[in-house]
Amino acid sequence: MSFLDKLTEKSWEPAGAVAAATAAAGPASRHAAQKTALGIFLVIISVVFLLFFLTFITHSQYPGFEALAGEPWMPFSNTSQLWLNTLFLGLSSAALHAALVGARRGMANFTILAMVAAVFFAIQFVLAQLWLWRDLTAMGYGLAENPANSYFYLLTAVHGLHLLGGLVVLFRATLLLWQGQGLERIQASLSLCATYWHYLLGLWLVLFALMASSPETYQTIAALCGLEG
Amino acid sequence: MTHVAIADQPEEEEHHPTSFIAKYIWSQDHKVIAIQYTIVAMFVGLVALVLSGFMRLQLGFPDTFSFINPNTYLQFMTMHGMIMVIYLLTALLLGGFGNYLIPLMVGTRDMVFPYLNMLSFWMYFLSVLVLLASFFVPGGPTGAGWTLYPPQAILQGTPGADWGIVFMIASLAIFIIAFTMGGLNYVTTILQARTHGMTLMRMPLTLWGIFTASLMGLLAFPALLVSAIMLGLDLLAGTSFFMPALVSLGEQLDHTGGSPLLFQHLFWFFGHPEVYIVALPAFGMVSDVLSTHARKNIFGYRMMVWAIVIIAGLSFIVWAHHMYVSGMNLNFGFFFATTTLIIAVPTALKVYNWVLTLWRGNIHLNTPMLFAIGFIFTFTHGGLSGLFLGNVIVDVPLADTYFVVAHFHMVMGVSTVMVLFAAIYHWYPLVTGRMLHEGMGKIHFWLTFLGTYAVFLPMHYLGFLGVPRRYFSMGDTAFMPESAQTLNASISVFAIIVMVIQVIFLVNLVWSLKNGPRAPRNPWGATSLEWQTPVMPPAHGNWGHALPRVHRWAYDYSVPGAAEDFIPQNVPQEGSGRPDDGGQEEVKA
Amino acid sequence: MKIVFVLVLLVVATVAFHLFSPWWFTPIASNWTAIDTTIHISFWITGIVFIAVNLFMALAIYRYRYKKGQKAQYEPENKKLEAWLTGITAVGVAGLLAPGLFVWADFVDMPEDAPVVEVLGQQWHWLYRFPGEDGELGRTAPRFMSPENPFGLDPDDPAGQDDILVFSNILHLPVNQEHKVLLRSEDVLHNFSVPQFRAKMDLVPGMVTNMWLEPTRTGSFEVVCLQLCGMAHHAMRGRVVVQEEEDFEQWLDAQPTFAETRTTEFRGDPEAGREHYSTCAACHGQEGQGNKAQNAPGLASLDRHYLKRQLSYYKEGIRGAHEDDTLGQQMAAMMATLPDEQAIRDVSAYITTLPDQPAPETIEGNASRGERLYNNCKDCHGKQGEGVYTTRAPRLAGQHDWYLKEQIENFQEGIRGSHSGDMYGMQMMMMSKTLQSEQAIDDLIAFINSLE
Repeated sequence: MSFLDKLTEKSWEPAGAVAAATAAAGPASRHAAQKTALGIFLVIISVVFLLFFLTFITHSQYPGFEALAGEPWMPFSNTSQLWLNTLFLGLSSAALHAALVGARRGMANFTILAMVAAVFFAIQFVLAQLWLWRDLTAMGYGLAENPANSYFYLLTAVHGLHLLGGLVVLFRATLLLWQGQGLERIQASLSLCATYWHYLLGLWLVLFALMASSPETYQTIAALCGLEG
Repeated sequence: MTHVAIADQPEEEEHHPTSFIAKYIWSQDHKVIAIQYTIVAMFVGLVALVLSGFMRLQLGFPDTFSFINPNTYLQFMTMHGMIMVIYLLTALLLGGFGNYLIPLMVGTRDMVFPYLNMLSFWMYFLSVLVLLASFFVPGGPTGAGWTLYPPQAILQGTPGADWGIVFMIASLAIFIIAFTMGGLNYVTTILQARTHGMTLMRMPLTLWGIFTASLMGLLAFPALLVSAIMLGLDLLAGTSFFMPALVSLGEQLDHTGGSPLLFQHLFWFFGHPEVYIVALPAFGMVSDVLSTHARKNIFGYRMMVWAIVIIAGLSFIVWAHHMYVSGMNLNFGFFFATTTLIIAVPTALKVYNWVLTLWRGNIHLNTPMLFAIGFIFTFTHGGLSGLFLGNVIVDVPLADTYFVVAHFHMVMGVSTVMVLFAAIYHWYPLVTGRMLHEGMGKIHFWLTFLGTYAVFLPMHYLGFLGVPRRYFSMGDTAFMPESAQTLNASISVFAIIVMVIQVIFLVNLVWSLKNGPRAPRNPWGATSLEWQTPVMPPAHGNWGHALPRVHRWAYDYSVPGAAEDFIPQNVPQEGSGRPDDGGQEEVKA
Repeated sequence: MKIVFVLVLLVVATVAFHLFSPWWFTPIASNWTAIDTTIHISFWITGIVFIAVNLFMALAIYRYRYKKGQKAQYEPENKKLEAWLTGITAVGVAGLLAPGLFVWADFVDMPEDAPVVEVLGQQWHWLYRFPGEDGELGRTAPRFMSPENPFGLDPDDPAGQDDILVFSNILHLPVNQEHKVLLRSEDVLHNFSVPQFRAKMDLVPGMVTNMWLEPTRTGSFEVVCLQLCGMAHHAMRGRVVVQEEEDFEQWLDAQPTFAETRTTEFRGDPEAGREHYSTCAACHGQEGQGNKAQNAPGLASLDRHYLKRQLSYYKEGIRGAHEDDTLGQQMAAMMATLPDEQAIRDVSAYITTLPDQPAPETIEGNASRGERLYNNCKDCHGKQGEGVYTTRAPRLAGQHDWYLKEQIENFQEGIRGSHSGDMYGMQMMMMSKTLQSEQAIDDLIAFINSLE
């Protein structure tokens, strides 16, 4: 039954197909509700970052905006540190996925190992990001130096905070499992965490691409969005 | 394994809190949270009302009151606007009414995430505390206007530029977190916890309004969050997101390269949907009040739903109509004027359908109905004056004059509040089990309705004259005749009368709690589910042993052939007349 | 039933209010009559809807008010009716929008070769600039701004040298001439608006915005700032004097070019000023320290621009012209000793070379209460009462306190500042009214006395 059908139901008439289906279905499960909520939440985060990106692209077209990449001496012309951080986050995401698979197959020890690995790599990622901040600041690319720098710190900080929020949830699940809770109990939580992690990895890749792009790329994107000058 | 829906769990498994603190303070019951939201929102609303009284005193009788000076005036103005729009209207309509009505109207025991719901309230409470704390910091609260436009908002020369603005930004950020927690709950509950038979199109319009508004809020508040974060960094860390190179009061500042217009775009990308975040729940609730008390189904239900959805969608692409003379690319004016005026079509249809609901009805002119009628009148007026401002060239002479003030007060300040009153008079029996005093209610209606109209109708004409808004005093202004000051004074007198008589309403709320006549079950003969609980006011868990089943839409009033002039939603199609508990015996499928 | 009566009454009253309201648009003074036309169209369309909807509602309530035994009609929807209503509304909306967009297209379409005038908004006053003979405005940037260069012009830009600078809130424009108005701000947002012109536009720091208009009748029109720009937003006023071409040219010729403002002549020659000052010294003291017995304020602490402005006001009969201002009249009479503009510049330059010495305190008050009152003064006059060049507010610290009190009282009573040429005095008239008792003035002055 399509959404359009649901929105055009003549509900005052005797029960039709839509009403019959709903009468049978009733309220959804808790896990389904959680999945819906997480989906909406991810949309909200996407909106936040989309707005940041839009202002970033707009800013990049103003005079005095010095992108962090493009010329050989710019810090992100060498992206090796960024790739390393990406590796950490990617490993964390993969480990979490493995944990989920493990939980579905009832492999408790494997699951807990994978979860610990996920937490470990996520923390590694955050630490590596902080390291990157320190390096940049030491090189003279401080927060208030230039809008491009400000954006880098701001976006990575917001991304990092979201990851830390997720870590709290994951940590709780790990703790529950550690204390001998059943796999079924945490499976739902784990699957939500995994979705969230993959999303944050994707988001980081977009951030990465944006930050390491050259001014010409910004100009092209700005032109595509109609945000020139 | 299969998951058991929380809503389907038998009532016995529900945890009933017993201690006072668990029941009324750290409560996870949506009804208690709703009341908490309502009380806090009404309290800050009163603060904001008093602030507007101070402003009216200065405008009507300039230079008479020594505590009102250019700085404090701007602070009163800013806090009045911010509190009314965000901390009163948004919180009351969604946190208050949304919380109370959603689970009852969709037929579930509680929100899907009760703990999150509780957190949402306490975060809101914290945001209010931070907001109120800004009155007591050195320099006082910010006076940057509720729009908080940089550079002015964070520079010396604006009151509260030291601490007030920091508290404001912090409070907004906390509020947004609170709203996100609440909004996720409202939307998910409506999407996933509707009881058996409750199709989307069987939902009362109140739910449609709240649902759409919550969804809009979830998508629009991020823009405010983003702009608040960036503004805060500009202020505290010296970044230049919105700050260009400038000289502030003779001092060269270090900023470079920022764009003040960018903030305005972000702000209004939130700010315009915010208008509808407030308006849509009001649209929904007034539809149900009209329908119930006219004993007639809402006219054109499907059109009403679609109009809500279309308005919500369009409201995200009209924001720059607040910026026609902001210095943005003038060519944007064509696009935004067109989209803005297109919104007028679904909105006008809603007005027609409300009036057509009354046509051939059987209209009970009780207090909620009177307020609903007052809403239609004032909303028509405010909506039509909005057509002036949305039509780009007509906006040019009117922008930033009292016409704008009159317009948005007529829409958000009068018509929305009319709905709030209608809704409170309508649902008070459900919440408390008592009826409000009808005599006090009528006096309250007449003085509020006529008084606010006497305040805001003439105000439009000050705008035509060109009287600027946000002015502490007009001074000697050649284009303003003496009579304009007389008019200002009379507006002030009416405004203060309207404020004072709200005491009647407050007295009524408190007095009726103990002394009001006991409300019979379903006193208005309403069809929607919230009135069909086994006991009234609804108990913890709402539905007793089993969830209700829904067999019909929410507007079966005066169905031909039926014995009574209403058939509740949980009455099976074949049956008619008063609901028996038959609807509730069918436990889960 | 009452509600039916009231609804009809309100509709009638609203229409009557509209028709007979004395509060209406100011008579138009620009080419934008089409804007007024679109407003009339809007009134017709929205007025009809307003009357129709509300009268229909009144009728519905009247006919279908509750009666025992009456049963409402059951009508979920009526597609045909709803389609008709949608169609009619769409036509009405199109009727509003189409003419509006046509006029907007005109508004957006800047006349290419119209003369340019620049408006510079600043907390909380207006300055203006004309491009001069080359027809081109010179480059500006905030970093060039200083007391000697308040417009922030790039001194090295040849295009800016002949720019004509108007150091006043009052702009003159020739009648019946299209103008491109460029708007610039170097601090916060402002909005340049003349109600009689209808057109208005924000000033945005970091960019130059624009609009165009053609004044169509002579007269003097007020400029109001319409975008909240801080504490004294309401006092940010100016004036546009629309006059015949030749009068305008005459006025424009009297304004200095940027190059001229950079000459020593313009800045004044202290040596030449010393001679002129000998007459002033009789009252104001050899070192400009002021003298209470002569009612003469201290001068040495004041900056050159403020001195020059006030002396010009005296000379032009803007200050010292009020009939109750006997002391001001004395000063105005003394202006005969300064024969011309150059003498005023020179003597102002000389006074600034005098040593700065704080005046003795004569007024007592509660300085901590005064500090709170000073909150409304600090943004213009500086946190330490040192004066701020961008707000054009003089230094207060070190001035004789009896003089400050006298001037505050003069402002409050309109003895000073009520002349239409003294827009800064007008600001002080508005601001001084926040001091609502003599005690308040004394407290404030006690605080100013404590400033260095």
